This record gives sequence, structure tokens and C-alpha cells, in this order.
Amino acid sequence: MEEILNSPYLHPVIATLLIVAVFPLVAGYIVLAERKVLADIQVRLGPMRVGPYGFLQPLADAVKLLLKEDIIPTAADKWIFWGAPVLSTFTALTAFAVMPFSDKFYVADVNIGILFILAMSSLGVLGLILGGWSSNSKYSLLGALRSAAQLVSYEVPLGFTIVTALMITETLSMQGIVQSQFDKGIWIAFSNYGLMLVPAMVFLIAAFAETNRAPFDLPEAESEIVAGFHTEYSGFRFALYFLAEYASIFVICGIAITVFFGGWLRPFPNIAFLELPLNVAFPMLLLLAIGGGCALGATRVSLAYEKAIMGVLALTMFLVAAMFAVPMLNELIIGFFWFLFKVLTLIYVFIWVRGTFPRFRYDQLMQVGWKYLIPISMGALVVNGIVLLFTS
Amino acid sequence: MATQSTFLDTNELVLNMGPQHPSTHGVLRVILRLDGEKVLGTECVIGYLHRGVEKIAENRTYQQFAPYVDRMDYVAAVSNGLGYCMAVEALGGVEIPERAQCVRVILTELNRIASHLLWLGTHALDIGAMTPVFYCFREREEVLKIFEKYCGARLTTHSFRIGGLQYETYDTFEKDCHTFCDWFEKKVDEYEELLTTNRIWVGRTKGVGILNAEACKAYGVTGPVLRAAGVEWDLRKAQPYCGYEKYDFDIPTCQNGDTYDRYIVRMQEFRQSVRIIRQAVDSLPEGPIKGKVSKVYKPPIGEAYVSIEAPKGELGYYVVSDGSTQPYRLRVRPPSLVNLQALDEMCRGALVADVVAIIGTIDIVLGEVDR
Amino acid sequence: MDEEKKPEGQSAPETEQPKGESPAQFVEGASAEVVPASEPKPTEAVPAASAPEKPAEPAAASPSPATEKPTVEKPAADKPAATDKPAAAEQPAAAAKPAPEAKPAAKKPPPKKVPTVMEVEPWEGPLVDSLKARFGDAIMEFSTYRGQDFLVADLPAAIPILEFLKLEEDFDYLVDVTAVDYPKNEKRFEVIWILYSFAKNLRIRVKATAGEGEKPGTAANIHKTADWLEREVFDMYGIEFEGHPNMTRILLPDEWQGYPLRKDYSIVQQDEDWVRENLQIESGQ
Repeated sequence: MEEILNSPYLHPVIATLLIVAVFPLVAGYIVLAERKVLADIQVRLGPMRVGPYGFLQPLADAVKLLLKEDIIPTAADKWIFWGAPVLSTFTALTAFAVMPFSDKFYVADVNIGILFILAMSSLGVLGLILGGWSSNSKYSLLGALRSAAQLVSYEVPLGFTIVTALMITETLSMQGIVQSQFDKGIWIAFSNYGLMLVPAMVFLIAAFAETNRAPFDLPEAESEIVAGFHTEYSGFRFALYFLAEYASIFVICGIAITVFFGGWLRPFPNIAFLELPLNVAFPMLLLLAIGGGCALGATRVSLAYEKAIMGVLALTMFLVAAMFAVPMLNELIIGFFWFLFKVLTLIYVFIWVRGTFPRFRYDQLMQVGWKYLIPISMGALVVNGIVLLFTS
Repeated sequence: MATQSTFLDTNELVLNMGPQHPSTHGVLRVILRLDGEKVLGTECVIGYLHRGVEKIAENRTYQQFAPYVDRMDYVAAVSNGLGYCMAVEALGGVEIPERAQCVRVILTELNRIASHLLWLGTHALDIGAMTPVFYCFREREEVLKIFEKYCGARLTTHSFRIGGLQYETYDTFEKDCHTFCDWFEKKVDEYEELLTTNRIWVGRTKGVGILNAEACKAYGVTGPVLRAAGVEWDLRKAQPYCGYEKYDFDIPTCQNGDTYDRYIVRMQEFRQSVRIIRQAVDSLPEGPIKGKVSKVYKPPIGEAYVSIEAPKGELGYYVVSDGSTQPYRLRVRPPSLVNLQALDEMCRGALVADVVAIIGTIDIVLGEVDR
Repeated sequence: MDEEKKPEGQSAPETEQPKGESPAQFVEGASAEVVPASEPKPTEAVPAASAPEKPAEPAAASPSPATEKPTVEKPAADKPAATDKPAAAEQPAAAAKPAPEAKPAAKKPPPKKVPTVMEVEPWEGPLVDSLKARFGDAIMEFSTYRGQDFLVADLPAAIPILEFLKLEEDFDYLVDVTAVDYPKNEKRFEVIWILYSFAKNLRIRVKATAGEGEKPGTAANIHKTADWLEREVFDMYGIEFEGHPNMTRILLPDEWQGYPLRKDYSIVQQDEDWVRENLQIESGQ
């Protein structure tokens, strides 16, 4: 027992188990959030039926997908057809291994963290191609190839912008990146006299393309090819692709937050007098407001079990809010709170953009990537480098 | 057309956008010949919604046939009814009282707004903006409410009768129209804000599906497509009917004849329609709503071609009467069919993703194409 | 309704059999039953008034327009004074006659005496003159009805007329191509082209009769819009257009037998073989 508790693997294993167990649920709720936010933008309500305000919808979706018939096209390459979504999900989830959720909660802190994540997301493209190819359908393959070309093209500006940030942080380790932002007292996006805003914006745009999200979702949404590489997938295999997609959205948002927006740090991490309002008051108020909203919702729903669920949610929120008042607990969870808050805000922006913009045509998409983003990110790299050289 | 493709052989690919299609505007089948992403030619197969309306017309009395015309362009049913009633009235030389004409104008312009709203929503959806469709349908709902209060039906309204109107306007009709106009103008501003200067929207629509004025006239294309090509021609101004000469409105035109210009023209038409409605409502005269028409309507032997400016173009009715109570021949000149013929020309050199945008920009309704 | 029609059918004095030179004529028949249109319905003569019909005109025209005067007056008033056509001459004269004079001529005073011909007025103007100069006898009639001008031409002359109108008279917009079936006529089909000029803001119709099997030329080389419009005429009537790039059916399936808008094709008729073969059902009619 002692051995287990003292083993250096304990922490990572528990963290891994937690992530792998919880993340599908989280992905499901991100889907629900997307549906509700889109509905809000589109003047409608979104899922309302399953659970209070549609809150149990992800469970219903999961059950539905699990119960569906497993269809494999007869001419499909069976093993690769099976393996492609597995590969996608695997690479997406593996990136969580180095994601710095907080200074206390992470799986591992390798000193090449960011490189590892970039490698994993590049590998994820393979899952797409194999999926389209193994479906043995001309149009699935075309959609997969288009999608793969898009992803590969936009990895270049992604890489350039991260390298630009790395010039400031001088370390590849994810925790190290956050730490350097703490040391410098400013998030990287706003540092270097604001010149780093350009790489930050380029990274965000490339992030939309990397995750096949609007306005770059032509390969999967509009084409006459129906749904691109995952046309032939149904049931749980489709659920795996779906999971992989939302996991990669979370990963990309996590990288953006970590590299450019301070990770698990609060805004103005070094200014001491802001500690109390930002680290204590803000989370408490936020969670109290959410809890209050849940309580209000509890009064409005009609069924008993719905009221129960909303009530439980409200109580949980109040409890967590109370936890922030205790300094010892606050220290433990504040990093995670800020990380989650920033990632969820960025995910909201992703959904917002999806609901607002039309789609790029494929040639325009490639044009934006090659003709605009790559030169701009290269230029930003050079400019930031020069400025850093002369100011440090 | 289909070719054997050997390894790395770049022969043309034939792609079928079948009658069931996510972005189709009805049951339209388009056979595309592609060279990679570029469209070499298109061929439309229509007739999936052919119901033999012209044959039915020969077997119904004039009044009996009136509800059938709504079902052709079912999105903008009021215009169909207007054209038909006007054609039959012209045959019989019936005078329409002023009040009826005014109300006809109001309802027709409301119907134009409703039709363009549906066009905007579906067109934006085809291009990928998934939000405007909900806003447009919310606005369209208001128009349909007015229709429902007036004649009991939302979509296929049968709002007009030969000789004028059947129903007197309801109590709050003028107020409703004014409220709608005021509210709607702000919404048009919202749409413009969302789409008109949006770089992605402009990139998807500018230079796409160009049909210049020469080609428009050659293909007989009318309506917003013609006006976007620079020809300032609107039947409401060129050959005014139903009292349109009394109202002050402009004809929006653009120069390039591409999808973006057609979008601009239709957005401007929203505003012009609102202008007309306001003027008509303010000047609504008192009086009878129906002219002198015998119960058994028998126009004298003759023929007449009457056309109106429907939301989609020139909608014409050619009616031949043999003096009996049933038309001898009723021909509907559908703007959607004639406009659709220009699809091939517009898609030359476009990319596959543009074909959907171009079909959307022509604004067809298959009920009218096929009748 | 039927009762009204029968007496008028009987009372109309002429039992003329108007021949092909004036298109759009209904043959005088027996009582006019208002039945499904598959029966040859029309019983009143409706000739576009043409010179050879002169002898019949006075009998036909005088009682008939009388009661229609109020409505015919308006377009008549718009038109330039019609002079040379007897029917036209009738009408101003008839217009002078008060309505009661028509009553003794009518057999039944209470029902309105409806005309048995289409009451046209002659169409005059520079366009008419240039067309006459160019085509002479090929155009048999220039008329106006309800303010709408049309001309009736020989079938072979129709396409040259369209071409002339487009190239020299600015009629650059072919609005519609359609046809009407008069099965009792010697040349049963009447093909109609409706043209519009943007520059002049004028709309005219060109009409020509075609017998069964006669092929008008295609307008597709002159106006591209004629492509589908002529295909529809072919689809519905079986009139083929000579020189058309793709003379196939457009609305009905390609293998459909029968031409639905012909008067001998019943409203309930279908191509049952096609339905059986392609839909695997027995046609429900």
C-alpha cells in the first residue's frame, strides 16, 4: 500500500483515468452546449426535452449511438475501417497527457510538451485519411483528401505562431510555458508591446481550420459528397469520430489558452492586490450566479426529477463557490478554475463563429491558408524576433 | 457523357445532384459534368412536380381554377392569384374598383417580401450561414400572420377573386401593415449587417454565376436576375397594372450580374416593397371591393396575355376563351422555368461548390417550373 | 348554364366552316355542352376577323358586338380608327347603334348575346407597315384584341418574322412559345410566340397554324430561351420544331406516349404502360 501511494506513477495514472473516464462526458456536454448556444443565436431553444432544459441530452445521444446497428460497407477494408476512428480518438486523447489543467493537476510534464501535442495532432490527420479511404467510396475519399489537405496546410501557420511564442517562453514544456508567463507577469498574447497579438489571432484562425470548424468546414458540411470522410460511419464508430473532433477542439483551445492566454493563471498574475478580487471574489460570484440560475430553473421545470437535477446542480455550484472562500482549497482549485473558464470561453467563441459566418469555398480556404496566414505568421515571427532581440 | 476512368486519367466526371438533395429548392435534378472541381456543363432534369395544371384549367370554370394557381409558386401564392385574376378580368373586360386594387397591391407586396425572405434564408443556408434562415422565417411568420388574418390561409391564400376581392380587410389591417413595415425595416438592416460586408459572404458570391444583360435578354430571364445585370426594367414601372403607377418606388439595379448583385437587388427590393406598402396603406380608398362580375363568369371569345412582376420574374398568363365558363387554354409563363434555363450558362467555369449557390441565387420554385 | 348556351348556338345564323386561313376558329357545332374539355367544346365561331370572311361578318358581327359594346368600347377607343376591315367598320357603326337594336336580332333578350367571333380591331402602325413591306402576303392578319397586338402568319414565315423582329425591330425578348389545339380546324394547332421589345416597351404576338405533323422552325437560334419553351410545346402537343438542338420531352418522362394538352387526350388519361413499367402499379384512374 505504501509503495503504491508513494509511487511516482500514482499521480499520472489517476489523472489519466480521470481524464479518460470523464472526457467522453465532457465532450458530450460540449456538444450540448454547442446546440444550445447555436439555438440561442438562431432564436430558438435547442434540446429541451431530455432532462431539465435538455441537460441529459448527451446521455440520450450516447445511448442512441450505442444501440445503432453496426454497418460496414461490404467492400470496405474492415480492419482499417475499424481502426481509423480509433486512431483519431487515440491521438486526440493522448494530447491530454501534457495538457496543463492547473499547476497541481496534470498527467505529465514532459520538457517537449508542445512538440508532443503538435506531433499528435499531425498524426490525427492519418485517422481522417484512413477513414475516408477504407470506406471504399469515391466521394468519401475525395472528402477525406480535401480535409487532410486543409489540415496539413493550416498546421504550418499553427507551427509558426507557436514558435513565435516559444521565443518568449524559451521552453517547450507546457508547465514551463505557463510558468514563464507568470514570471513575466503578462500573458504572451499581450506581451512584446502587443506585437504578439498577431500570432495569437493567426493561431486562432488556424485553430478553426485545424478542427474542421466553420467557416472552414466545407469538407464535411456542404459538399455534395454528403459528409466527407465519415459518410459511411454510423453508430458507435461515428460517435468515436465525433468524440475525437470535440476532443481536438478542447485540445486546440487548451493549447491556445496555455501558449497565448496564460494557461491556468489569472489575469494579471503578478499584481498582488488583484489576488483577492480575481481569485476569490470572481469565481465565487460566478458560481453563485450559475447556482442561482440553476435554482431559478429548478422552480420553472415541472417534473419532479427535473427539479431534483436542477436542485442538485445548484447545490453543487454553491458548494464549489464556498470552497473558493477557503484559502487552502482555493489554492488547489483556482488554477483549474481559470483554465476551464478560459477554455470554455474560447469554445463559446468557436460556437459563436460557427453560427455567424458562411463557409469558405475550398479554393478560398486554401488561399487564406497559403496566401495570407503563412506569410503573416512568418512575418510576425521575424518581427517579434527582432523586437525581442533588441529589447532583452 | 460518362467515361471510363483509367488510373490518373483526367476525363470528365459526371455527378448527379439528384432530385433529393440537401440544398435543392424542390425536386430538381442537375447533372454536372466536371473536370476535377470545375464545372464543364450542367443539364437540368425537371418535371418531377408536373401536375398538369394547364390541362386542369381546361376542365374547371374560371372561379374553380383560381385556387390551383396558388400551388404553382407556392412560396409566393398571392402573385399567382393576382396574375390569373388580372388575365381573366382582362378577357372579360371587368373593371376592378380602386379599393380592391389597393388591397391587391398591399398583399402582393407583402407576398414579395415573404418570397424574398424565404429566398434569403435558404440561399444563406446553402452558402453556409446557418443563422439567417431562422431570422428570415421569423419575419416571414409575421407576413403569414397578416395573410391568415385576412383570408384564413397562410401559404396558398387564394386571396383574390375575379373582379376584386372576396373579403373586406379586417379591422386592424392597416395598423398591422404599418407595424410590420416599421419592424421589418430594422430587420433588413440586421441582415445587411450580417451579410453584405462579410468577407466570406462577398468571397462566395462576388463573381459567381455571372449573367450579363445580353445573356439575360437572350435567355428571357427577368426579375431580380435581369435587374442585377444592369437592365432597369420592372413590369410594375414599364407596364403598370393594378394601380402601381400611383406609388412612388425605385427599381434597384446593379451592374455586374453576379450572385452578390442579385443579393443586393433583392435586399433593396425589400425596402422598396415596404415603401409601396406604406403608400398603399395610407392611401387606401373606400369603396366596393368587387367589380360587377356575373356569378357565372363567361368572358367573350378571345385571348389575352397578361403578365405581372412576380417576385421571381415575369409571370404571364395567356388565356384563350371560347365563350364558355371554362378556359379553352390557359398557359402559364413561369419565370422560374425560363430563369432556370440560364443555369448552364451561369455555371460555366464555376466550381462545384458554386453550383449550389447559383441555383439558390436564381430563386426557383419547382412548383412553378413544373406546374 | 347549358340552357343559355344551346339557344345561342342555334341562333347564331352562320353555319360557316371557316377554313384554315384564319387561325383560331371554332367550328360552328351543335349545342355547346359544357363538359370535360376532351370533347370538342367550342361551338361559337371565333375567327380573327379576316377579309375573306366578309360575307359572314355582317351577320355575325352586328348582333354579337352589340351587347359587348361597353367592354369593347374601351380598347376600341384606344386603337387608331379602324377603317379598312369590314368587321372593324362594323364596330364603330355598331357602337353608334344603341344596345336595344341588338335585342330584336337576338333570339332571347334576357341572356346576353355573346359574340361568336373574337372581336378584334385592326392593328396599325409603323411596325405593321414594315412587316407588311417585308413579308407581304405571308402575314395574313394584323389585329388587336383588348389592347394586345398580334399577327397571324404562315407557318414557314414565322421564324423569319421572329428574326426580322429581333434584328431590325428590337424585339429582343421572346416571352413565351406556346400552342393551342383546335381539333376541328383543318390545321389543328396554333403556335404562338409572344415577343417583347425593351426599347419600345411593346409586346406583340406572332401566331401561325400548323397541321398535324407540320414542323415549325425553331426559334432557338434566334432566342436562346426558345430551347426549353419549344421542348415543352413538343412535350404537351407533339409539335416538333425543325432544327431544335434537343427535341425531347422536358416535363414528362422521355418514354411517355401521348401528348396531354391535345384536346383528344382526356383529363383522366395516363400512359398506363409507362406507369405499369416504371412505377409497378396499376394507374389508379
